[in-house]
Amino acid sequence: MDKYNEPLDTIFHALADPTRRAVVQCLVKGPAPVKELAAPYNMALPSFMKHISVLEQAGLIASQKQGRVRTCTFNPDKLAAAEQWFEQQRAIWASRFDNLDNLLTTLQGETDET
Amino acid sequence: MKPDLRFDFVADMQKSTLTVRREFAAKRQLVWDCYTKCELLDQWYAPKPLTTKTKSFDFNEGGHWHFAMIDPNGTHYWSRTDYETITPIDGYTGYDGFTDETGVINPNLPRSHIAMTFTDQGAHTLTETVVSYNSPEDLQTVIDMGMEEGMASTLERLDELLVKLTA
Repeated sequence: MDKYNEPLDTIFHALADPTRRAVVQCLVKGPAPVKELAAPYNMALPSFMKHISVLEQAGLIASQKQGRVRTCTFNPDKLAAAEQWFEQQRAIWASRFDNLDNLLTTLQGETDET
Repeated sequence: MKPDLRFDFVADMQKSTLTVRREFAAKRQLVWDCYTKCELLDQWYAPKPLTTKTKSFDFNEGGHWHFAMIDPNGTHYWSRTDYETITPIDGYTGYDGFTDETGVINPNLPRSHIAMTFTDQGAHTLTETVVSYNSPEDLQTVIDMGMEEGMASTLERLDELLVKLTA
């Protein structure tokens, strides 16, 4: 739904594409020039730059031009926030379900006694 | 958690959904009761060390549960679940939203849609909860809110996360 109207500013949209995911994975290891990042792909540079631009808009990476070399760096904050949120949600559900296990045990105990 | 009870937690980023499945060592009617009676919900719904307090409860289509999760300092986090459809004892759907103490929904925070299903698994019961956000932007808002609350960043499981995001 609304697939074509989505603004390009979320990390989820940015990471929905395999090329962009691979670029992020590469940049996690350290900054790299665009030319180096583009090398593994059989893609015209303008097309590759579009991917870089989507990642930049999402705040996942930043790039800086020095002379004729544009270097990209990974910005961990956005992705870390998403990761933390999922871990937190998982922990909430796990704890909640533990409580429910205990309650069910208690309730079944009461039923058995009557 | 009892080690033999199934627990799946799956995030689908492209659909902005979380799917949570959990097996319980109890009959479906009892598990259903624990989800649909406030005197029982109050005993388990908030994760430890928080506790749950119901302010009002009407488990009917169009009705809602207004409650707080209370932390050990006494801070109340108010929410409400609005019930949309109910099919005893198979499942229900509704919306979760953040509110204030009077039950007014905070319009600046996204609501999530929830779909609960309960199925027999032999003598056990399997529950499935699908939490969906309207858009990736809504999900991003909720995550950014969590970040503002001062969560520390770690990247320990980045590779796992990237795999999850691909799912």
